[in-house]
Amino acid sequence: MDKTIAQATVSVDQEGYLTDFSQWNKEIGTEIAKEQGIEMTDKHWEVIDYIHDKFKKEEPLSIRGIKKSGVLNIKEFYALFPGGPLKKATMIAGIPKPKSCI
Amino acid sequence: MSDTKVKKMLFILSKATLENVYAAFVMANGARMEGIESEIFFTFFGLEAIQKKKLEHLHVATVGNPAMHMPTMLGGLPGVEALASKMMKKEMDKLDMPPVGEFLEILSDSGCKLWACKLAVDMFHLEEKDLIDDLDGILTIGDFYSRADQDGTQLLFI
Repeated sequence: MDKTIAQATVSVDQEGYLTDFSQWNKEIGTEIAKEQGIEMTDKHWEVIDYIHDKFKKEEPLSIRGIKKSGVLNIKEFYALFPGGPLKKATMIAGIPKPKSCI
Repeated sequence: MSDTKVKKMLFILSKATLENVYAAFVMANGARMEGIESEIFFTFFGLEAIQKKKLEHLHVATVGNPAMHMPTMLGGLPGVEALASKMMKKEMDKLDMPPVGEFLEILSDSGCKLWACKLAVDMFHLEEKDLIDDLDGILTIGDFYSRADQDGTQLLFI
């Protein structure tokens, strides 16, 4: 389905994840974050950059990967994206929700 | 806080076989990843999973476990359990499942509370120094129930 975010029309799935990454831009990310109650800071964008990097390399995301990322530790990750960090961060990043159980 | 009806998951881990320990860990971690609070209460043999000296030496059960598809007599031979455990750990590593010690760290950092059961700690003559540093404390079952006293809490015995 289509949704208007930051004056752009994008297609999203039922949960609100972008279905086409090419439609994503920083303004859209900022707007999705606001809907999730998150005000984006430089640190948040660093995490989004890391997620995009993994996505482009087609490497799966996991909480263990965050621990090893060198970008931030798990405690910081939960503090930046409260209430389901990987779910929220991937939604802001405009990529599909991770399918992994860990 | 999550939007789900389940707000908090409390796990009671009473066994030390790899499959049970990982079931508890994966579910407790999964809850945190969904924005649900989670806590684990380690009791009886479950305490092995938080003893510094034992936690990296947990085994999968090869005897009395029909799903292993192994004759009971064979499962009981020396070394078979160790071999099966080694193979299982290798498979889990391929899926990026962390070893027990690292998993406990991840859980603690994720805000999952880790508790030891007082009765079992006394019974096995353990002291706090025998248990992992990330432990949040030693509780009685009454203390643990009081942590369950809120709407949307589920208790699970493993």
